[in-house]
Amino acid sequence: MTTKAEVLEVSVWRGSADGGALETFEVPARESQTVLDVVSWIQQFADPTLTYRYACRVGMCGSCAMMVNGTPRWTCRTHVQKVAEGNSLRIEPLRNLPVIKDLAADMDPFFDKWVEAEAVHHPTGTRHDPIAHVDADSGARQAADAGIECINCAVCYAACDTVAGNADYLGPAALQRAWTLLNDTRDGGGASILDAVSGGGGCHNCHSMGSCTQYCPNELDPMSAIAGLKRETVRRVFRRRRDA
Amino acid sequence: MIRPARTHPLWLAYLLHRVSGLALALFLPLHFWVLSKALTAPDELDAMLAFTDNPAVKLAEFGLVFLLAVHFFGGLRLLAMEWLPWSQGQKTAAAAALALAFFVSGTFFLKAI
Repeated sequence: MTTKAEVLEVSVWRGSADGGALETFEVPARESQTVLDVVSWIQQFADPTLTYRYACRVGMCGSCAMMVNGTPRWTCRTHVQKVAEGNSLRIEPLRNLPVIKDLAADMDPFFDKWVEAEAVHHPTGTRHDPIAHVDADSGARQAADAGIECINCAVCYAACDTVAGNADYLGPAALQRAWTLLNDTRDGGGASILDAVSGGGGCHNCHSMGSCTQYCPNELDPMSAIAGLKRETVRRVFRRRRDA
Repeated sequence: MIRPARTHPLWLAYLLHRVSGLALALFLPLHFWVLSKALTAPDELDAMLAFTDNPAVKLAEFGLVFLLAVHFFGGLRLLAMEWLPWSQGQKTAAAAALALAFFVSGTFFLKAI
């Protein structure tokens, strides 16, 4: 099998938090080449000062996500042939996040929001307790299972227009993790999770555009998880009224 | 500036819902103003009603009914997604809302002409 073009025209965003611009490189086209291969080729053979981030190269670590021709993707699992427009590629740092340098986005706001959303484990036992029994067939467990394969790559966060319009919005990944913990019988943070996700930047900001679900490389469905949080936060309001 | 990826059905459904809602919000004050003529100036109302026989107005009414229907059915889809455990199949539901809106507004148009 031969590739269509022998040379790829690759525009790479270069710069820092103070601003930057696209710089074009000519990269030899190869069979079964991934976008991460292209970025690595540039760093190794054209410009060693190019900054980017990756670790596993097989879609497990979630560190190599970038904007490829305007779409947030894992670069390690994206074949050039599938996304190149003609023989050109445009590679930029993840949207909705500050840039550290070149293609490396600052992930701090993304992870800070996981903590803000109470998307952290709230233990109900200690290591001295017997292992908790989890009913794999229960509806709550299945709701949790649907979202636990998230690897924090921030593709959904970069895809979300609500994040772009509201800097306080917690975003799809943090809210989905909050939803999986809310449905986890071993997690004791139910009330604090619902408090965290019903605040100003919480789940009710979501306009159900579905870009998170559309672009999640793990084929998860944060939009439905957020819909679940909306239901639970409102159900709690009525439950409180009834109990008052 | 990084161009975001938006060309997928649910984002377009979102856009249609917003634009139709905005257009209806702009239309409603005009609608009530015309209706108020029934009390304040019946002659002017009759003149306006005669004006609605104009084919261009009929076409505009088709657009209006389409906006109303697509906002109504799209809104029902969002309500079902957010308040009932019906989160799956949203693309199909959005397409169905659009199809129903065309059916309703198309029927209205055919009856009007």
